[in-house]
Amino acid sequence: MSPLVSDTPMSRSVWFLRGVRAAFSLPGLILVSSFVGFAALAKDAGVTMVQAAFMTGTVWALPSMVVLVGAIVSGVALPAALFAVTLSAIRLMPMVMALVPEMRAEKTRQWVLYLLAHFVAVTSWVLAMERLKHIPRDMRTTFYAGLGGTLVASNIMVVTAVYAVADALPSTISAALLMLTPMYFLTSLWGSARERVGHVAMVLGLALGPVFHVLLPQFDLLAAGMVGGTVAYGWHLWRRKAGAA
Amino acid sequence: MSYFSNSAWWWPYLFILVAGFAATDIWRFLGVYFGGKLSEDSDLLVLVRTMATALVAAVIGNLIVFPGGALAHTSLVLRIAAAGLGFVAYLLSGKRMVVGIIVAELLLLAGLYLDF
Repeated sequence: MSPLVSDTPMSRSVWFLRGVRAAFSLPGLILVSSFVGFAALAKDAGVTMVQAAFMTGTVWALPSMVVLVGAIVSGVALPAALFAVTLSAIRLMPMVMALVPEMRAEKTRQWVLYLLAHFVAVTSWVLAMERLKHIPRDMRTTFYAGLGGTLVASNIMVVTAVYAVADALPSTISAALLMLTPMYFLTSLWGSARERVGHVAMVLGLALGPVFHVLLPQFDLLAAGMVGGTVAYGWHLWRRKAGAA
Repeated sequence: MSYFSNSAWWWPYLFILVAGFAATDIWRFLGVYFGGKLSEDSDLLVLVRTMATALVAAVIGNLIVFPGGALAHTSLVLRIAAAGLGFVAYLLSGKRMVVGIIVAELLLLAGLYLDF
């Protein structure tokens, strides 16, 4: 692609479509399967089809959506749900912080970045961090708009479709669908941990979640997150000190 | 104040907007705002990431130990074994998510088929 024509509307739509195509990939397929699992989970919690589709479009971060559905099932009040989801979504900030310098060109307007940031979640982030460096800098926001927009739109359709057929499924298949979400997170969370301490935090959280679910049913996720996270962080500091000594 | 406590049609949407949309997009917006300003390795961010990771892991643990719907009718041992062996398969295959997910699902289905 010649730099002379790189800013014409023609090449802009080409890069948008390449972003759309990038959504149809193995990570995209795995994401679809986990949204199938999410839809089964949300339906089971009593969330309606339109509400689940709305949640997919507005929240667009599967871990936070599962935390939100968990809060809905436990019947917690809005402030407690807000707090738990806010804590679960913190990870989005460092992800966006890492993506922005990759995506921004000299002429990129700030509002475009704020708009595109809504598409950031594990899958689109992994795909973008992998592909953006091979894309002309002033076409990167266009490419990401195609990629992120396609992922959101197609998964809204997936959620709607699952609601439509869920009642007709045999219970074995429903059980298998409900197993997709924990397996997707178990593997993607382990793979995305940047440092060893992330694995420690994950193992602690896995064990503490069910423990606090029994001890403090209303605050199980928050308690597990804070206790597990602090202990893991303490381990990180201790290990660094031991390494320095 | 819970999701089902108000029968008005708009209440669940408001609940999702406040506890879902606002709670997640605030971090995305802050990410754009701070993009490049804060070091990714700063100690505060490490603590923030470990807490967030532990919280999401707690969700996974609860989904396996205390599931809902059709999965609730399966045995706890079967769920833990399927998830655990699926995870081992994921690690052995060089961290291929598809392998982990498929192994766990096949074990779960095999267990259900054998009425375990």
